Amino acid sequence: MILPPEFQDWFARQGWQPHPHQLALLVATGDSLLIAPTGGGKTLAGFLPSLVELAQAARPDGYLGNREAAQAGLHTLYVSPLKALTADIGRNLARPVADLGLGVRVEDRTGDTGQTQRRRQRVDPPEILLTTPESLALMLSYPEAPAIFGGLRRVVLDELHALAESKRGDQLMLGLARLRRLAPGLRVIGLSATVEAPQALAGFMAGAAPVAVVEADPGPDPDIAMLPTAKPAPWSGGGGHYAIPEVLEVVKGARTTIIFINTRAQAELFFQALWAENDENLPIGLHHGSLAREQRARVEAAMAAGALRAVVATGSLDLGIDWGAVDLVIQVGAPKNVKRLVQRIGRANHRYNAPSKARIVPANRFEQIECVAALEAVRERDLDGDPRGPGPLDVLCQHILLTACAAPFDADALYSEVVAAGPYRGLTRADFDACLDFAATGGYALRAYDRWQRLVLRGGLWQLRDPRAAKLLRMNVGTIVEAEMMKVRLRGRGGAPLGEVEEAFAASLTPGDSFLIGGRVVRMDAMREMVIEVTPDPTQRPKIAVYSGVKLAMSTQLSHRVLALIGDPARHGALPAQTREWLGLQAEVSALPEPGLLLSESFPHAGLWHFALYGFAGRNALQTLGLLLTREMEEEGLGPLGFLSTDYALLVWSLDPLRDPAPLLDRARLRAGLGDWLGGNAVMKRTFRNTATVAGLIQRNMPGQRKSGRQATFSSDILYDTLRKYDPGHLMLRITAEEAGRGLVDFDRIEEMLDRSPRREHRILDRVSPMAAPLLLEVGQVPIRGEGRERLALIEAEALMAEAGLEGIA
Amino acid sequence: MSGYAFDFHGLRLEARASGALWWAEGAALVVADLHLGKSERMARRGGPLLPPYEGLATLERLADEIAALDPRVVISLGDGFDDLAAAEALDPLVAGALRRLARGRDWIWIGGNHDPGAPSSLPGRAADSLLLGRVTLRHEAAEGPDVSGHFHPVIRLAGERRRAFLLGGDHLLLPAFGAYTGGLLHDDPALAALVPQGLAIACGARAIPLPLGQGRRP
Repeated sequence: MILPPEFQDWFARQGWQPHPHQLALLVATGDSLLIAPTGGGKTLAGFLPSLVELAQAARPDGYLGNREAAQAGLHTLYVSPLKALTADIGRNLARPVADLGLGVRVEDRTGDTGQTQRRRQRVDPPEILLTTPESLALMLSYPEAPAIFGGLRRVVLDELHALAESKRGDQLMLGLARLRRLAPGLRVIGLSATVEAPQALAGFMAGAAPVAVVEADPGPDPDIAMLPTAKPAPWSGGGGHYAIPEVLEVVKGARTTIIFINTRAQAELFFQALWAENDENLPIGLHHGSLAREQRARVEAAMAAGALRAVVATGSLDLGIDWGAVDLVIQVGAPKNVKRLVQRIGRANHRYNAPSKARIVPANRFEQIECVAALEAVRERDLDGDPRGPGPLDVLCQHILLTACAAPFDADALYSEVVAAGPYRGLTRADFDACLDFAATGGYALRAYDRWQRLVLRGGLWQLRDPRAAKLLRMNVGTIVEAEMMKVRLRGRGGAPLGEVEEAFAASLTPGDSFLIGGRVVRMDAMREMVIEVTPDPTQRPKIAVYSGVKLAMSTQLSHRVLALIGDPARHGALPAQTREWLGLQAEVSALPEPGLLLSESFPHAGLWHFALYGFAGRNALQTLGLLLTREMEEEGLGPLGFLSTDYALLVWSLDPLRDPAPLLDRARLRAGLGDWLGGNAVMKRTFRNTATVAGLIQRNMPGQRKSGRQATFSSDILYDTLRKYDPGHLMLRITAEEAGRGLVDFDRIEEMLDRSPRREHRILDRVSPMAAPLLLEVGQVPIRGEGRERLALIEAEALMAEAGLEGIA
Repeated sequence: MSGYAFDFHGLRLEARASGALWWAEGAALVVADLHLGKSERMARRGGPLLPPYEGLATLERLADEIAALDPRVVISLGDGFDDLAAAEALDPLVAGALRRLARGRDWIWIGGNHDPGAPSSLPGRAADSLLLGRVTLRHEAAEGPDVSGHFHPVIRLAGERRRAFLLGGDHLLLPAFGAYTGGLLHDDPALAALVPQGLAIACGARAIPLPLGQGRRP
């Protein structure tokens, strides 16, 4: 296929030249994956083959030639991770569709689409449908799916790199395998930002035939550097507030700036600190996932209109609508991951072939080293990323149940279809059967549901026992499991919504406590049902706003770079002077960690012994190691009291010193400890909640669910404890352990740390070492659970009783 | 397990950390909302297939209390079964455990909204309500003084939800004893109307009393 003359004219009228990668996609005969930086006309590249085909079909001799006579049906399906993006794409497509007189309908179908339109789309689909992975899964669960998608010619998958990072991508690939079966000859185009392993992403989206990777010219190297500041970075903390004057200065010099910060709480605090010094009243907004949708939409609209000079954002702006005016990106805090840094830098300057400009603000001394290492990696175009694990089984369980909603199915045929999806290529028949058994009977050792199976086998086909169950299953489509959130609104009738906080954070608030949300300090007045009522209170110092527990760990590759930089004094010249001196002092007093060496120290401080281990294995793995080590130390009678983990190091404090850590760091011993400990652990319970929800064991949405505080459902922790006790071999526990092992528990990286460190060195010092000093200043320690938690509850209850004048009556 | 003892209209009672209520003078153990057969009922209605072990888990906790206290009578304060069909279809393992627990003692099933009436195939007898001195035992609170269940009260304490007794002037509300039971927060209008002021007694490793009422946490 070549670009027809009317398209060439259209490009010329816009003053554009088609990019080579746009033309490459046009001539491709099979599936393709386009890797292109932002601003490379990526979306148009994805749609161009569809538009050309539709234009040809619309000619009198084309298949759409006589529109009245034939229902043309769905030609192209576009899937994006964001609803906002589908709306934006719809607007952008409207222009070429109108200019070229294609006469085709472009519509979106997301969670926001009304019932009437959904029904109409099922009967009379548009030529181009824009949707999300969840809405696609839902559409495929209806009996009409073969009729709707049978004539589909093309699929465009946008922001595939982002989708591939989560279970949404796995669900989408299962849906794609279904589409490929319903519409043989379907051609698929994946669109992705720069990634470390394009071939792996191509394998992820591939069906039976291989996918051709098209890499666009990556453009000139970005203009990226650390932001020079008058004050040095502090020893610890994650705020980056020391750099506020310089940040304001560069914001003034740019047209529009996005300031990325790693967590919502830090974004709130930084935004507040910026405004405190924003003497010129530059319009600066705030954008993160805890803000009310209306508020986010306002900020997005202001950005699009060019009314803001800067926006402080979290990962909530990693994806989304291109704002052409953004010409500077500032990353506050360590990037943690080179690939994400590169993608964020790419948000600046969407003019193709102009360098993106970015400045980095490390939040503390350790992060300074990390930023230097990350900048080296960016310059060398050495992206990181851990290889993707196999497709998760909880997503498959949901897929099996939704398949049954569409029509009775044959197990062999479904298995063949599933293993045609990239992430599930290695799925064994035994695992597939285990998921099918779970979907049908619950998969329990106690075969309790013979009469009430969810799926039953009739005439060789699996189907829903109770067809009414389809409604419930459709209500629970999706793989995103949100934490329990509580809404925050201003006090008074019809008080304005400000956003949401996690229920666990809300439970820690007492009326009168103040916290930050939406960039302002508010005082909690009351908690009513599922709403927290607040009044603005700018005079108070806020309690730290802790929203979300899961923190992104530094990538393995970046950890290695940081360790190599620290361990090689000859390279310290690249570091700021104070950091250089700090490392020099550490080498003098103790030793420097280096590749191949696992360094640890024991020293007394403030009446307690401290044990520091420089593992460079990421915060999740080091947190797990902390939990395992403190258990061992407890058994050895060393009296551990608490610990903290960062991406770089683990610090444990105890009554007695740990003199020889070597036996405790034995891999087999740690593994054994892991098995025992994992059971009652909160991280596992959190993971279980996610997997059980995705697999359909826990249902988030029930028909006619009341919105009051009445909890019809019970805590997933109860299900977890019950299963562990009565059915420890159950599929859900296996899935949970696998997922936690890769994710939050990250035991793999503890093993990786041990493997790469054949040498162990333990120093016993008489005081805090320079490298351990910043750790002592960190907040966010993990208290040891169990009796400590119970004591906390007693103390809190006693304080309340005393306040009520009731002390001593218990 | 450490409990919390208090007086209620002439009765000396103990709120057990397990969520059961103990009246030592009459050697009576009271438990509310066991909801046996809940997973079976949800499965029957086409819902998710929950781990079918909640009956065993619930009765194991009840067995611990019975072993510790050796009650003369066990009183289920309504909703002992998720519905009557669930009572009839009760897993043989659970039914067997129930028979063993009931051996040698009186067992009274007070009717609830889920199970109006007693299961014919299981030990014990049915009652609509019961009088202990001046205090009525019934499923759902009505004219006080009474002891009731039904609402599954919970409170927030130290960042966690805990099942809780609510103790007011006229009403004593018991938490649900069953394993798979959700909870209603104490400040829900339905509960705040019944127990506007008084004490909540949180369950857990030990029973923890804390004040309830007027703009004060929790």
